[in-house]
Amino acid sequence: MHLCRVIGTVWATRKVDTLHGYRMLVVQPLSHDLTEKGTPVVAVDTVSAAPGQLVYIVKSREAAKALDEPFNPVDATIVGIVDEVRTST
Amino acid sequence: MFIARVIGEVVSTIKHDALHGRKLLVIEKLTEGGDPTGDSQLAVDSVDAGEGDTVLVLDEGGSAGLVTELDNPPIRTVIVGVIDSVDIEG
Repeated sequence: MHLCRVIGTVWATRKVDTLHGYRMLVVQPLSHDLTEKGTPVVAVDTVSAAPGQLVYIVKSREAAKALDEPFNPVDATIVGIVDEVRTST
Repeated sequence: MFIARVIGEVVSTIKHDALHGRKLLVIEKLTEGGDPTGDSQLAVDSVDAGEGDTVLVLDEGGSAGLVTELDNPPIRTVIVGVIDSVDIEG
């Protein structure tokens, strides 16, 4: 799983049937010190995250397993909201 | 699987049901020589690992389901062992 910051929202009216009802957010992957790492991705939201929040995502095949319909064309899903990251480095 | 060091933990209240009651740790991948690579991610703990431990990390969903004893969880990165030592020949 990867730490990310929510930086935006994606609106898509016309989409695959199984994606109807899901919100999609643009998230910027972060390193453990919260510096940006790589390019932003679009992730399905399952935790009602909001722009600016720190979240974590699961990627690849396991991303679809977070949804009610696991046979879904999804490769990134937000599965939690971060309260705090505790690191000593 | 790969070798990593636990460098912290994530506190999270709102999360997917499959993650409730599970410890989420911040891990940093290590080189075969044990040096940090700067590449960090989050992993579900299954062996009561803690900060500073060198750990064995699984990154595959099917096996993560076996370890967590859940059907099809949205989890693919799991700490499956605490490493005592690694010997590299040559």
